Amino acid sequence: MQHTISVLVKNEAGALSRMTNLFSARGYNIESLTVSTTLDTKYARATIVVTHCDDSVIEQILKQLHKLIPVIKVCDLPPENSTTLELVFIKVDSKNEVGELLKIAEAFGVKVIDVSPKTYTLQAVCDEKQLKSLVELLRPIGIKDIVRSGAVSINVKSE
Amino acid sequence: MTNKIITKELTGSQVFLECLKNEGVDTIFGYPGGVILGIYEAFYHEKKIKHYLVRHEQAAIHAAEGYARVTGKCGVAIVTSGPGATNTITGIANAYLDGHPLVVFTGQVSASLIGNDAFQEADIVGITRSCTKHNYLVKDIKDLARVIKEAFYIANTGKKGPVVIDLAKNVLDAKIEFEYPKEVDLEGYNPTYKGNPKQISKALQLLCNAKRPAIISGGGVLSSEASEELTELAKLLNVPVATTLMGIGTYPMDDQMALGMLGMHGNYWANYAISNCDVLFSIGTRFNDRITGPSKEFAKNAQIIHIDIDPCSISKNVTANIPIVGDAKIVLQAMLEEFKTKNYEINKENKREWFEQIEEWKKQRVIPEIQSEKLHVHTVLEQIYEYTKEYEPIVATEVGQHQMWTAQAFNFTKPRKLLTSGGLGTMGFGFPAAMGACLADKNRLVLNIAGDGSIQMNIQELATCVEYNLPVKVMIMNNGYLGMVRQWQEKLFDRHYSETKISGPDFVKVAEAYGAKGIRVEKKEEIIPALKEAIEYQGPVFLDFIVEPFEMVYPWVLAGTPIDKVILSRKE
Repeated sequence: MQHTISVLVKNEAGALSRMTNLFSARGYNIESLTVSTTLDTKYARATIVVTHCDDSVIEQILKQLHKLIPVIKVCDLPPENSTTLELVFIKVDSKNEVGELLKIAEAFGVKVIDVSPKTYTLQAVCDEKQLKSLVELLRPIGIKDIVRSGAVSINVKSE
Repeated sequence: MTNKIITKELTGSQVFLECLKNEGVDTIFGYPGGVILGIYEAFYHEKKIKHYLVRHEQAAIHAAEGYARVTGKCGVAIVTSGPGATNTITGIANAYLDGHPLVVFTGQVSASLIGNDAFQEADIVGITRSCTKHNYLVKDIKDLARVIKEAFYIANTGKKGPVVIDLAKNVLDAKIEFEYPKEVDLEGYNPTYKGNPKQISKALQLLCNAKRPAIISGGGVLSSEASEELTELAKLLNVPVATTLMGIGTYPMDDQMALGMLGMHGNYWANYAISNCDVLFSIGTRFNDRITGPSKEFAKNAQIIHIDIDPCSISKNVTANIPIVGDAKIVLQAMLEEFKTKNYEINKENKREWFEQIEEWKKQRVIPEIQSEKLHVHTVLEQIYEYTKEYEPIVATEVGQHQMWTAQAFNFTKPRKLLTSGGLGTMGFGFPAAMGACLADKNRLVLNIAGDGSIQMNIQELATCVEYNLPVKVMIMNNGYLGMVRQWQEKLFDRHYSETKISGPDFVKVAEAYGAKGIRVEKKEEIIPALKEAIEYQGPVFLDFIVEPFEMVYPWVLAGTPIDKVILSRKE
């Protein structure tokens, strides 16, 4: 099962590598990782998505993260109470089926941010599932490249 | 005239020493070098802190750990940048796995040069990240005192461990008005000491109702000084106690309810009791694979209560039914309090069968095999133990057969008397650790039981022992082999002794060359006179016991098999 872990950490040198080092040293896989400062720049927020691990591994990951000295708070965000999205750029071949391409873009609320004779560049804000369908639909047209930000997530029902 | 308060500015090097004094440090192990010359200049004028110059940086760390293990205080070491710092890694990893508090200072090139591949530059913060509890790089003198304060606090609280402080050269040369912080402010670091009261009463209830209960006492009991509480509770609840290698001494081995050490080379009856218990109460152990065997097979019919100060240790290797995060001493005190004030009933009668069964298992003892005219290690160790026990010595070991035989032969009755590398299994640990022990408890007899392989890994420290007259009595069980590996090769690789026959120097001559005493022992009747001579001699001694090469350590549980598959002799 996929878990989205939100980590509040001191914004100091080495904090990020302490977290990633923990994953590599203990053999856990990171699906995606995003880090940026919070409103208070003394802290940073990391959103870590992990997959393919059972409950006991998740429990270890949470505890091990919490054990790091600069880590203030660790949360395994429950999917039912949180919104998880990522920013994705997709370069699509524009030589054929532009009409189809634009239809798909519209249906998914995807913006076209650049057009060149050979390439359309799309910008999507979506969750994992939407991205999967989007990619499946665009694949026959010809995806040249895809750049993903990794997920960010927020607990929307806690307050 | 204006009233101007004149405070003297100190250099970073002086600040370093002032911080150590504030932490009550009087002993430090180290080795100088280019970037930390400023600190050594400060040592030159320092009277309260005694610096001990080792002969290899790894030994500085082991010595500091030996000191920490005996005193319970933080061990402190300082080394230079680059190779000085990288040489400490094994020592740091050793302290990390066994959970002993150290603060290790490493030199670093000036902040302006970091990242340039400067002379003797190594990314020591990066390198030590996964073998320290925490580490720091100090690039600005303003951070120095705070970082040192935090490091000592982190190292010696919660699950104890090593903290590295990498000191950029410019910090040592800069000047500042010194002020030592009174408190630490670590928002993300709040170890849990008190156990959850509900879990505590559940645990007590379970233990009271148990028919076949057993306790495992680990290194955490030693770290939190909880031996007394453990002993009292075990007696009150009428539960037998096994110890891990790290927990040896936390429960008196000569007690009737002591099961002794469990695990790969543990007692038959300890392994059987743990495998067959219905309630397992583990305190301060992470269930290392050396005590569990395959974790699915381990204590499979038992309800498991697990106290540990490190939440990560709980349900990591073995799933706990009643987890209690907290300090062993505080939790055990709470359990005693709860037990004495509430109406818990102990049914001693329903445990009678259990104790009878354990007595039955206790008949399964190893009968030492006599293989030749040569000395056998079990005889030597027995005599060393008998001869020295009135001194209540501190016994350090290296790693291998002699280590397991020592754990088995010495009936440790008090904590902090056995210094041995459990988690990392570091050959070369014992000798420098014994040096640290000599300084931690100056009038105590300190032994280092070694093999002829292990002792060669830090043999250079004999110079340190001679220089400072640290009277370590090194007992070398010289069998000409890397015995433990040879033992595995005999059993599992058809006696192909691949690279395990190892030569060594004449240890008596080596001792003499360093200015120490060397004694060779080849016959049984020479053992006691040699021990007498060694102990009477006011300095370090190498005792070179020439022993039978093909002795095996039993009991023995092969790796990957459940711990009740105990082999007691070659015939099995």
